[in-house]
Formats: sequence, structure tokens, C-alpha cells
Amino acid sequence: MSAVADWVGGLLLLAGALLSLVAGIGLVRFPDTLDRMHAATKPQVLGVLLLLVGLALRLRTGSDLGMLVLVAIFQLSTAPVAAQMIGRAAYRSGRVDRSLLDVDELADR
Amino acid sequence: MTVLLAVALTVLLSATALLALLRIYRGPSLLDRVVGADLLLSAMLAAVGAEAALNRHATTLPVLVVLSLLGFVGSVSLVRFAVRAES
Repeated sequence: MSAVADWVGGLLLLAGALLSLVAGIGLVRFPDTLDRMHAATKPQVLGVLLLLVGLALRLRTGSDLGMLVLVAIFQLSTAPVAAQMIGRAAYRSGRVDRSLLDVDELADR
Repeated sequence: MTVLLAVALTVLLSATALLALLRIYRGPSLLDRVVGADLLLSAMLAAVGAEAALNRHATTLPVLVVLSLLGFVGSVSLVRFAVRAES
């Protein structure tokens, strides 16, 4: 039972680190601030969550679990706010390449 | 198995941190650098968590909580500063 939890936890740790690497590659290769913001937030948050689940599966005690849930809630609630602020600042300061956009939903505001 | 896992995690997270540093170095605007710093801090959080998982101790869990809040406060304040500096 505990060996299975260890293996699953190890696999989740690996998956989380892989998603972090995907975020890093996207951050370097994408051409625009908005694209980079997407690459850095979506895979990154999922990667950190997977890592936390893997960590919880390897620690397996109640109080540690509560603290990990706290970290996960912080990540889930703050990452969208920060991404939204970065995207808004990028749009307002004119750093958006309009030829890369399908629809500019803020054009008439 | 644990040694192999440690090596793989170290390689993956170091590569992530290096890519984020590259973006901080190159990033044409302050906002790109903020995104890069955010990812660098997340890689650090992941590294601390991975170390705790591999050695099976819980002493660094408060560090995880502080890091996850610190990144948010840092990037939000930097973005506010960027908006004011460029307008």
C-alpha cells in the first residue's frame, strides 16, 4: 500500500517537474508578452499542484496535508490575479502584437 | 529508484530555472521580466517541495507557504510600478 503511494507520488513529482519545464520552454520560445504570460501560468500552476499532490502522497500525515492544501489554495487564488494584472498592463501599455490576435475584444473600450 | 528520481527532478527543475533566467536576462520589457521572475520563484517552490518529498521530512513546508505568497505580492507590486512608470 505504502509502496504504491510512493510510486504514484514519484510519478506525480516527475509530471509536475515536466510541466514546469514546458512552462520554461514556452517562456523562452513564445514571441509576445501575452503568450509568455499564458505559458508561465497555466502549465506552471498545474505543475506545482501535481508536485504538491506527489509530496502529500509521500509524506502522508494530517498536519502536513493541511499546510499543502494551504499552499495549493494560495497558488490557485493568486496566480489568475497576477496573470490578469500582467495581461492588462501589457495591453494598456501597447505591448500587444495585434497581428497575433484572432479577436481583439477590448478594441472598442 | 529514489536516486534516479532525484537526478531527474534536479535536471528538470534546473532547466526550468535556467530558461526563466534567460527570459529575465533577455526580456524586452519589465513585464516579461516579471513573468520570468514568477516562473523562477515557482521553480524554487517546486525544488523545495521535491527535496522535502525525496527526503521525507516536513520541516520546509512553512517555507513553501511563504514562497507561494511572496511571488504573488512581488509580481503584483512590480506590475503596479510598471503601469505607473510607462503611463
